[in-house]
Amino acid sequence: MSVAMSTALQEAAEGFAARYQRLAPRLPGPAGARRRAAAIFRARGLPDTHDEAFRFTSLRPLAGVTFAGPALADGPAVTDEVMRALLARAPATEGPRLVFANGRLQADWSRLPETFRVASFSAEPVFGGEEIAEDEPLVALNTMLAEDGAVISVPEGVDGGTLVLLSLGAGEAGRAADFHPRHRLELGAGARLALVEIALGEGVYLHNPVMEIGLGAGASLSHLRLQNESARAFHLARLHVTLAERALYDGYSLVCGARLARSEIHADIAGEGARLAVNVAQLLDGERHADITAVVRHMAPGCSSRQAVKNVITGHAQGVFQGKIAVARAAQKTDGYQMNQALLLSDEAQVNSKPELEIFADDVKCSHGATVGALDPEQLFYLRSRGVPEREARAMLVRAFLAEMLDGVPHEWGRAVLENAVDAWWRDRPL
Amino acid sequence: MVLLEIEGLRAEVEGKEILRGIDLRLPMGEVHAIMGPNGSGKSTLAYVLAGREGYTVTGGSARLAGEDLLAMEPEARAAAGVFLAFQYPVELPGVGNANFLRTALNAVRRARGEKEIDAVNFLKEARAALRRLSMADEMLKRNVNVGFSGGEKKRNEVFQMALLEPRLAILDETDSGLDIDALKIVAEGVNALRGPDFSALVITHYQRLLDHIVPDKVHVLSEGRIVRSGGPELAKALEASGYAGLAAEAA
Repeated sequence: MSVAMSTALQEAAEGFAARYQRLAPRLPGPAGARRRAAAIFRARGLPDTHDEAFRFTSLRPLAGVTFAGPALADGPAVTDEVMRALLARAPATEGPRLVFANGRLQADWSRLPETFRVASFSAEPVFGGEEIAEDEPLVALNTMLAEDGAVISVPEGVDGGTLVLLSLGAGEAGRAADFHPRHRLELGAGARLALVEIALGEGVYLHNPVMEIGLGAGASLSHLRLQNESARAFHLARLHVTLAERALYDGYSLVCGARLARSEIHADIAGEGARLAVNVAQLLDGERHADITAVVRHMAPGCSSRQAVKNVITGHAQGVFQGKIAVARAAQKTDGYQMNQALLLSDEAQVNSKPELEIFADDVKCSHGATVGALDPEQLFYLRSRGVPEREARAMLVRAFLAEMLDGVPHEWGRAVLENAVDAWWRDRPL
Repeated sequence: MVLLEIEGLRAEVEGKEILRGIDLRLPMGEVHAIMGPNGSGKSTLAYVLAGREGYTVTGGSARLAGEDLLAMEPEARAAAGVFLAFQYPVELPGVGNANFLRTALNAVRRARGEKEIDAVNFLKEARAALRRLSMADEMLKRNVNVGFSGGEKKRNEVFQMALLEPRLAILDETDSGLDIDALKIVAEGVNALRGPDFSALVITHYQRLLDHIVPDKVHVLSEGRIVRSGGPELAKALEASGYAGLAAEAA
């Protein structure tokens, strides 16, 4: 069984590697980095559940799909008609907005900001430094095949306001799209930005973005993410954040789309007094599987990090949270916190949780916890005894479970985007 | 007209029979007290009437204005005008009191075929009701019952009752855990609702609450049956002789 699985995944991996071979001369950017990534990817293939990091998340569903990439524009495209339909589903905004369709920046549909610079990766193809783990197969896959992305830099002291990054995906079952955008965001010292990332689409596709974020001294980023991909899509996202002294990363993610999703968040807290918050809520139904894997490395003293993940799971869906806090010897006075809570709304719903603490400093405060539960029948009865119909009462209690995460979103428009997505999610689902 | 008519009501919890044939008629506009020792079935009666899960009716009936109350979902009972003031009001972390109350009020209004209330008018009504109960407006911003003192929770129950305008209120030991000032405020809140369209079952262990909410009738519950009924003086007699004396008398 496991042999068959590996073989199927291996074939899928070989398809990607062969495409690189074919495209290599036409891919933008440093050929050396691509070659190294391709060598790693060929050696490692797509991870399967024998890999400790993928113990709870099988990529096997990828194996049955024929992917055709955007492969430098010859692959599946998002037609104007689909584009309009998807844009209509995206939250309205008047401000700066970058629109990607199957991983390619759409200049005609985008509005550039005025106070800072945005370029496309295809025009300025730069891969991250050594800090990005190229030895990990999905990062290597991205590096090997990345065709486009956003390159954003907010200069020192500038408040960039709000930038929306909208990713639209579309593909068909027989000829699925796959795209591996490479995004890079730099905030100079004291710069500020609210980045609102929204991913949605229709049909079958694989969205495998890598985003590298560098926050300068005292820089502050509010990062809001709504993963609302097509119910038949695959979403494998990797975020890498590096924080200099006193920098603030304040992240809020809502996951309510994709058939199979894995969002990895890797943070290097490298400067004294930096703060990081990763707040995630996952809403899962049907046969869906969604994995949040967070690795926070404290490398400097006096920093704090907070990981708070809430899963709402119904049907046969599965949620995964793997969270690690690693504290280096130098990172004294670290304040690390990690909490994983799951609300299981059906008998078959499942959550897997793997907390890890790795502490080499002796004067730190690190805590972690996990809870799993169902809706409280007493609370339900209390609401119903006041006239609230059962379905509405259940929705209220689920919303209450998410309150801590949603109410904390420091950005009014972004909070409304996430709240509307939550409301829409259970409008047509049996809770 | 009889608002609530209970006949031969029997119910069990986890296979244990708690109510063993209750008969009770509550006319429109009247307030009846139900007294009895611990374990006599007072709270079970309240929960059975409100429709809580886990309470299995094994016999008898309960009709509200002629309708089969026991066949209705809890929310339908609320829409039909039943309100249970909980002995232990439930905390709802993450649910704001204002949002909770407006949702409840509009759900009940929808079910009754009435127009929903908008946020502005809701706040106006809610604030007026709060003032009558000597409660601070700040109550609306807090999460439902979270961090409330015992007295605040009970007042919040009476506040909800004032907004939902039930025709049958069931007060389950609303006096427990209240100091005398809070007790008076709660009693005034209930008395303010009294009138020809409002009836109540006031469940209590002690006579004290009945000094402030004077009942039309008092029923004594013992081992799942009503063993005596009488006027307000019955409560006073119980206070003097205790339930033990009554049980001896009944036997």
